[in-house]
Order: sequence, then C-alpha cells, then structure tokens
Amino acid sequence: MDEIKLIEVKEDILSDNDEAARKLRDKLRRDRCFAVNLMSSPGAGKTSLLLQTIAALKDEFKIGVIEADIDSMVDAEKIRETGVTAVQLRTGGFCHLDAAMVKTGLEGLGSEFFDLVFIENVGNLVCPAEFDTGAIKNAMILSVPEGDDKPLKYPLMFTRADVLLVNKIDMMELSDFDPAALKQRVENLNPGMPTFEISAKTGRGMASWTDWIRREIKDFA
Amino acid sequence: MHELPVTESILNIILKHAEKNRVSRVVSVTLHIGELSDLENQWVQHYFDYLSKDTPAAGAVLKIERIPITLKCRNCQHTIKIRKEEMGTLSCPECGTEGDFSLVSGREYYIKEMEAM
Repeated sequence: MDEIKLIEVKEDILSDNDEAARKLRDKLRRDRCFAVNLMSSPGAGKTSLLLQTIAALKDEFKIGVIEADIDSMVDAEKIRETGVTAVQLRTGGFCHLDAAMVKTGLEGLGSEFFDLVFIENVGNLVCPAEFDTGAIKNAMILSVPEGDDKPLKYPLMFTRADVLLVNKIDMMELSDFDPAALKQRVENLNPGMPTFEISAKTGRGMASWTDWIRREIKDFA
Repeated sequence: MHELPVTESILNIILKHAEKNRVSRVVSVTLHIGELSDLENQWVQHYFDYLSKDTPAAGAVLKIERIPITLKCRNCQHTIKIRKEEMGTLSCPECGTEGDFSLVSGREYYIKEMEAM
C-alpha cells in the first residue's frame, strides 16, 4: 500500500472567480465605465429603484443595465421602456452572478459605450455576497419590511457592500423597524459605510443616492 | 445554496494538485471556511461526492475547519473573537469604544492541504 502524502494546497477556493473579477474591473477602468452591482432580497425593490435612478440620471450619463433575475424577461422589458439599453442574462436558476456571467453581459452591452452600468444581481442575500462580480462598487438594498435584524442574519453581505440603501421608508410607520438599531449593526460590520434612507416609490431620499453616484463617477473618471 | 459552484472550484483545484504531485487517490482535503460564510458542510460533501465520481478525488473526505470571526478595535487595536449572532451590539471590552471594528478574519474560503497517495 502506498504511503499517504500530505500536500500543501494553500489556494483560495474562489481564486478563479476573483482573478476574473479583477481583470473585469481593470477593463471597466480602461473603458471608464462605472459598474454598480445591486444586491438585495427578492422584493426589496431593486427594479423600482433602478427605474427611478435611471429617470434621474439618464440625461447626464449613458446608462446600461445587466439584468440577472432568474428566467424572467419582465424586468428587462421595464428597463428598456425607459430608453436605456438592457441585456438580460439567463441565469437558469443560478443563485448568484459570477464574474464570467457579468463579463458576458458587459460584452453584450459594450462597456466602452457606457458611463454607468447597473448590474441587477439575483435576489438573494447569501450567494451574491461570496462571488465578486467585477463591479466597481457594490450597493445593497434593504427594505424596511425585511426588518432591522438582517445584518445579524446575513453579515457577509453587509461586509461586502460599499453603500447601503434602506428602501421603502414610506412603510416605516407600519413596522417596528428601528433605524438606530440597524445603523449600529451595520457599523459593526462595515464602519463608515454610506447609508441612505430612501423610498423609490415616493422619491424621498433618492437625491442622496443619485448624488452619491455622481460623486463616485467623478472620482472614478 | 451556492455550494455547487464552490464545490466545483474545490474539485478543480485539488485535481490540479493531484496531477502535479503525481498521486492517484486523494484521501482527504482540509478547508478553512470563515464563520461568516453560510456554506453547509453536509451539502459540500454531498456535491463533492457527486462531482468527484470517476476522478482521483472520489471518496475523499472534506475536513472543514471553521475560522472564527475576529474583530479588531480601531481605537485601541484590541482583537476579539465573536460568534456571528454577537455582531449586532458590540463594544470593545478593552477600551469601551462602541461599534468601531475592522474585520480580521471570518471570510476565509481556502484550501489548506490534502492527503493523497
């Protein structure tokens, strides 16, 4: 019987994806294309937020959208009605986007033609947190009805985000959502992360988010 | 939920090392997974068994070592190990500063070593 050998591997499990994401980010920088990865639970309001954001910014920037909602054409249709270019990725039940899928989407759009690209990730707070998409920034949307305890249940997602949008604040009075408790929980996981309270429905707070995008694009370009 | 693509990555990496080291059978693989990850041990093994059929890694046991969440106080540099559920309300046991930590460990996704023959 052969002897058992101990082999040192010392590799990150997702090193292939991390490397692909790094290359994609380099390309986006060369193309001066500011890509934002939008992550949230299903129903947190990613598509409505996107529609409002596009309405506010489409005269200033050339905007493209990559949609990854599981096997649905509905979201991409809604986005196209605003006049911006959208590509739909068929994720076929996949629970997250990875850098290879985003690369396909960006090639479909032609990232060199856009100043700003939104990547609508699959609605899920677990898997998208593990996979770097290659986006320049990660935005997370948490809606009020989901509760202020989400950082305790999905901490990894909160450590990955560069900006947090608390959506549906028009529903605050109907719930026991505690913004101070949320702030403290987020602060422990991701100190100093910009957090904006918004309502994509009423438009409240939306300017703080769109101003953040304007500033980021200015710093990026 | 994302155990399948993760397991595929693990398998690809260890098959590469198996070939490089000219071994014909992988007995075990030691992984370092941070406590912040939601990866489920039993599913990773289950998918691994499925994907590794007819490869030198068939039958290998995955040993998953969980790496604790470690935070460092940004005020006094004191480090603490905590559980995932404790991340909500925290102040530094050393200097009392509230909620001003940086994450030192807990996000690991790493293959440490493997046993093979």
